[in-house]
Amino acid sequence: MSSTTPAVEMKDIVIRFPGVLANDHVNLTLRQGEIHALLGENGAGKSTLMNALAGLYKPVSGTTKVNGELVDFNSPKDAIAKGIGMVHQHFKLVPTHTVTENILLGMDEPRFLMNLKKYDEKILELEEQYGLYVDPAAKIWQLPVGAQQRVEILKTLYRGAEILIMDEPTAVLAPQEIDDLMVTMRSMTDQGKSIIFISHKLHEVIAVADRVTVLRKGIVTAHGKSLEGLTKRNLAQLMVGRDVVFSVEKEEREAGDVVLEMKDVYAKNNKGLPALQGISLRVHSGEILGIAGVGGNGQSELAETITGLRECEGLIEINGEEISNQPPIEAIARGVSHIPEDRTTVGSAPSLSITDNMIMKNYNQEPIGNGWSINFARAGEHAQKLKEKYNILAPNVRTPAGKLSGGNLQKLILAREISSYPRLMVAMQPTRGLDVGAIEAIQSLLLEQRQSGTAILLISEELDELLSLSDRIAVISDGKIVGAVLAEDADINEIGLMMTGGTDD
Amino acid sequence: MNFTIILHAGVATGTVLLFAAIGEIFTERSGILNLGVEGMMLLGAMAGFSISLATESPWLGVLVAMLAGGALSLAHGVVTIHFQADQVVSGLSLTFLGTGLALVLGEGLTGQTPPLLLDYNIPLLSSIPVIGPALFQDHGILVYVGYLAAPLAWYYINKTRPGMHLRAVGQKPSAADSVGVNVYGIRYIYTFVGGCLAGLAGAIISLSVSPGWYSSQTTSGQGWIAIALVIFAQWNPMRAALGGYLFGMLRRLILDLQGPRILLGFANPLYINSNYSFFLIMTPYVLTIIALIFGSRAVAKKRAGSPSALGLPYVRGERGK
Repeated sequence: MSSTTPAVEMKDIVIRFPGVLANDHVNLTLRQGEIHALLGENGAGKSTLMNALAGLYKPVSGTTKVNGELVDFNSPKDAIAKGIGMVHQHFKLVPTHTVTENILLGMDEPRFLMNLKKYDEKILELEEQYGLYVDPAAKIWQLPVGAQQRVEILKTLYRGAEILIMDEPTAVLAPQEIDDLMVTMRSMTDQGKSIIFISHKLHEVIAVADRVTVLRKGIVTAHGKSLEGLTKRNLAQLMVGRDVVFSVEKEEREAGDVVLEMKDVYAKNNKGLPALQGISLRVHSGEILGIAGVGGNGQSELAETITGLRECEGLIEINGEEISNQPPIEAIARGVSHIPEDRTTVGSAPSLSITDNMIMKNYNQEPIGNGWSINFARAGEHAQKLKEKYNILAPNVRTPAGKLSGGNLQKLILAREISSYPRLMVAMQPTRGLDVGAIEAIQSLLLEQRQSGTAILLISEELDELLSLSDRIAVISDGKIVGAVLAEDADINEIGLMMTGGTDD
Repeated sequence: MNFTIILHAGVATGTVLLFAAIGEIFTERSGILNLGVEGMMLLGAMAGFSISLATESPWLGVLVAMLAGGALSLAHGVVTIHFQADQVVSGLSLTFLGTGLALVLGEGLTGQTPPLLLDYNIPLLSSIPVIGPALFQDHGILVYVGYLAAPLAWYYINKTRPGMHLRAVGQKPSAADSVGVNVYGIRYIYTFVGGCLAGLAGAIISLSVSPGWYSSQTTSGQGWIAIALVIFAQWNPMRAALGGYLFGMLRRLILDLQGPRILLGFANPLYINSNYSFFLIMTPYVLTIIALIFGSRAVAKKRAGSPSALGLPYVRGERGK
């Protein structure tokens, strides 16, 4: 193998999932000893491509060469045998095992007796070689995330990996840990390893990578570009693209009174870490405020504090009445409706019928219920009416909600929320994973609501959607609003840059 | 009441719980909860008894008892591992199936006298004062094997490669799967091992500790106590052994308390009115419930041996498992 033979050469890779073309004739070339960034938005097909290289998926067509040799992987074991190791975003570690045990798991040596002391020594040597320090005798659950990641890397190195795929390795790390990781990556390439680094954070890519391949919606928009001379702005452009904005008719409308007011709201995420760090915003009647941001920057927590599902510090008011830290029923009573991010477990009860799901918010109100009994005949009529009005495709209203397609389920949720005449609608990723027809239907419903005077907080990772629907767009990053613009003068690259925490350079 | 006698009886009856509990520890450590121990034990007790009766060989009886328990547990394996059904439901059904089979096939065995497992003395050790006669005299070979079984099981689980794979499969099957460990295969093996040991426990009852076939009274709920013992022992074979022997001693103590007219200088209420002894007989079962409550709280607090994938079917590609 000469040093000019690429470590990995993927050509015309096509990977298809039901209804989605995840990779459309993708090319990727990884040179020996380089750090190659694979950049793209969520859902652009980065992880899919890498899972194919790691032997987890099989491409429909295309060829892969490793060190010049044509390969065809049927399982991760085949990929490992060719020296390809993947550091998964969700660690594959046994929490109650020690570091050494995790590294030895599945290996042929030792045969029977563990003799952990001896292998601890071996692993210490490996740690020394790459500067990846972690106590081999520690149990995984006792280690911070950064150290767990080092164990994952050690696991691939111990198995003799020459080519490392790192799937968004910085997503779980604190800033200091990210710096350490970058030093480690450099030390690995200095010793001849080649690294593919998946990320959507521009400054990290610029800081550590030699070259970059950019994916957008399954298509390569930049193939192995040298990072020299590239700015964040250039990368944002390549990543977000300048596609024609998805056009839905939006009528002119003057915004009305303030409906939602948030002042200095702080909240923690499920792990107890700060997720919202002083959010202040206002949404007016008849206005759509779009919240743009890379996933996991506090969006879920934002929606949950407003709808009463998460405790917070600070003030949240609906039409001047405080609703912060009150149960969801208080928010509902004041006209807050919620289109949750997860429509199958939060937004609906999949095993209950369409009727049951439709009446979840008004089952105790006349004419459907009187507080202790439910008139199922009326409930059925109510559901039937909404089913027809919102064009929900299902055999009948007794069909379990779980049998509906994503688009029809989302229409059901919107029908339920809209029929309660909300003052504020908090919509989280309302069109994610839907097909084009359903997206259009959902978007028109949101615009209709705006027209009828509802204040809408639209949280989305789709910039095109935010630009076409919103009146104003605020950008959230690391739990803070880092900028706000009027949608009509918004520059998609500008927003993309703010989203990734960058400033123009 | 004599301590040596109580200890002697305690280790004998405790051996039954010991084998059943260690078997269940192996099964649960792989992530499979098998609540059918009582059924597998009773089937084992019946099979051992009737094979010994038919062939005149108690050891062949023991072997067949183990295979019978193992075969029954494989049914649980197919249902829960292959078809990914609910492990609690399947385990409970297994109890009914095993008990039913044992009662039907054991019809007419009551009162028969097959050759039993013989008792032996261990030279030298049995001459240690007090505990020597209790631990090393007049016990079946399987009692002596039991002394070694717990430390060996502990060593196997914690210090060997297959033991490490077993723990990994019960704690995080997706991690084990990602490095090529055969999750399904390992779960089948240890479900079978658990069944075999439950069958063995049953045969020890009917051929050694309290010989005879008394239909469902043969095991009298000891399978359930074994399951409780697993939680109480926090999936540690050494603690399970200790707990098993303590339960065994308690059973003997209960018998002894009912005998004397004067107890600790007072008139023995259990002797005067034998109805009170019902409460006494209840004690092991009440203690089981108490041990369960406190045991599971301790498990929840610490990261004690509890396998985190216990009771969850493994499906490749599902996130977060």
